[in-house]
Amino acid sequence: MIMILDKIHTENMFLYYSGKMALKDISIKIPEKKVTAFIGPSGCGKSTFLRSLNRMNDLIDGVKIEGKVMIDSINIYDKNIDVVNLRKKVGMVFQKSNPFAKSIYENIAYGPKINGINDKNQLEEIVETALKNAAIWDEVKDRLGDSALGLSGGQQQRLCIARTLAVNPEIVLMDEPASALDPLSTSKIEELIVQLKEHYTIVIVTHNMQQAARISDNTAFFYIGELIEYDKTRTIFTNPNKKQTEDYITGRFG
Amino acid sequence: MINSSRKNIKGIVIEGITLFSAIIIIAIVIIMLLVIFIGGKDHLTWEFLTSFPTEGMTKGGIFPALYGTALLVIIMSIAAVPFGTITAVYLTEYAKENSLIAKTIRFAVRTLAVIPSIIYGLFGLGFFIKFVGAHIDGAFFGGELRWGQPNLLWASLTMALLTLPVVIVSVEEALKTVPQDLRAASLALGATKWQTIRKVVLPGSVSGIMTGTILAVSRGAGEVAPILFTGAAYYLATLPGLGDQFMVLGYHIYVLTTQSANVDQTLPIQFGTTCVLLLLTFTLNMTAVILRYRIRKQKNR
Repeated sequence: MIMILDKIHTENMFLYYSGKMALKDISIKIPEKKVTAFIGPSGCGKSTFLRSLNRMNDLIDGVKIEGKVMIDSINIYDKNIDVVNLRKKVGMVFQKSNPFAKSIYENIAYGPKINGINDKNQLEEIVETALKNAAIWDEVKDRLGDSALGLSGGQQQRLCIARTLAVNPEIVLMDEPASALDPLSTSKIEELIVQLKEHYTIVIVTHNMQQAARISDNTAFFYIGELIEYDKTRTIFTNPNKKQTEDYITGRFG
Repeated sequence: MINSSRKNIKGIVIEGITLFSAIIIIAIVIIMLLVIFIGGKDHLTWEFLTSFPTEGMTKGGIFPALYGTALLVIIMSIAAVPFGTITAVYLTEYAKENSLIAKTIRFAVRTLAVIPSIIYGLFGLGFFIKFVGAHIDGAFFGGELRWGQPNLLWASLTMALLTLPVVIVSVEEALKTVPQDLRAASLALGATKWQTIRKVVLPGSVSGIMTGTILAVSRGAGEVAPILFTGAAYYLATLPGLGDQFMVLGYHIYVLTTQSANVDQTLPIQFGTTCVLLLLTFTLNMTAVILRYRIRKQKNR
């Protein structure tokens, strides 16, 4: 039997936004080197939950979290946790591609540089590897010095994925990474995500249920701040346990 | 029928009055510029800009005043730009939008902006010269009068205070044009807040910081009141250092028109100096406007 490690697990986690409960009693175990998808209607808390896994919610005033959020069995909300180090380990790709107004090369090298890597050869190697892993190397290798803002939307998003990979994270959180992209770019990103799970634990929030069905191993369905159902993706989409899940995936609401 | 034509006449009259007042404004600007330019154009020569005044300031050039103005705005910028930028960074990046401290700082900045410039002059005299300068003399020079008198340094610092609000507001505006997404991206890569500010936010606001600097310089180049008591000199035969009084364009015009023994003879030089000062501030302001326009365009992209 293969042991599947739980990379992330939360226990009775509550999140309050200015005193209002936004996430209620979330307990979930997310396995290592798998793709886990969060689905649910807008405002169900799936993005909020995702952002609490690398403490990006810290940036918002008035967010308070209770319960345990464990990564590698360490509570990331403990007082002695260094948020900066946590975010190096738990990278994030955003809904809207957000490359820096720098060259393609500098975008990728940014993370390694702030981590103190200054050796030119080493940086070049990291940049190349990251771009290759994000399946964009062939498209940009001849113009690494050009501005990243000149790339197409889909290329920019893969660049952002490469930028995240360059820091060498263990977990990559993706917040609707393909929602602003055309179908072709979307399928490229999806292919990439499936490849990435060989080395990384991927957690992806998506509005697109077909996308969740295509790329994820496990799927969690959120509704009004609660985790309604969490199971193998196949089970969720073919034989869900809860009526709310079934209603959602069959398109009866949301 | 009658009623509506009456309304029509009323409308035409009102439009006429508004148009007339608008034309007056344009005419004033044109006349002013024409008079100054026609009067001063013969003096827009390299020689005028690079030579010292001669014969009781009725002949010669304005080099020391130009030099003094340049030094004044440079030292002023060195003091005001970093200080203003740091304040703007605090306001946009660290302070919570509606916190008491942010509100207090904004109130202080707005207040600084509306204080009449002559009051800055008095403050400079009282604080920099009579307090700071006098204490330096007391502590390091055995009471000998060195820094406790008007000079370039105190005048520049006084001017820096005057231009500080301009810098803060411009830089703040520029920092706000850097999208939140980019800050989030940087933080999500494990950058600290300071690394994010230094490597993402500030580089993205360079043109805004430039705009602020240029606006400040152009304001500083034209002001006279703050330096009246703090360092401006009537005439100097040598170029000034930090601890010396200095000549400056705006004050030079004032001196030529009011203090000269023979005002009529200095008239051409007055026009020439005015022309130079106007061209200088005009160019600076245009540059700032263009830069600001480009920032706004970038923001709306």
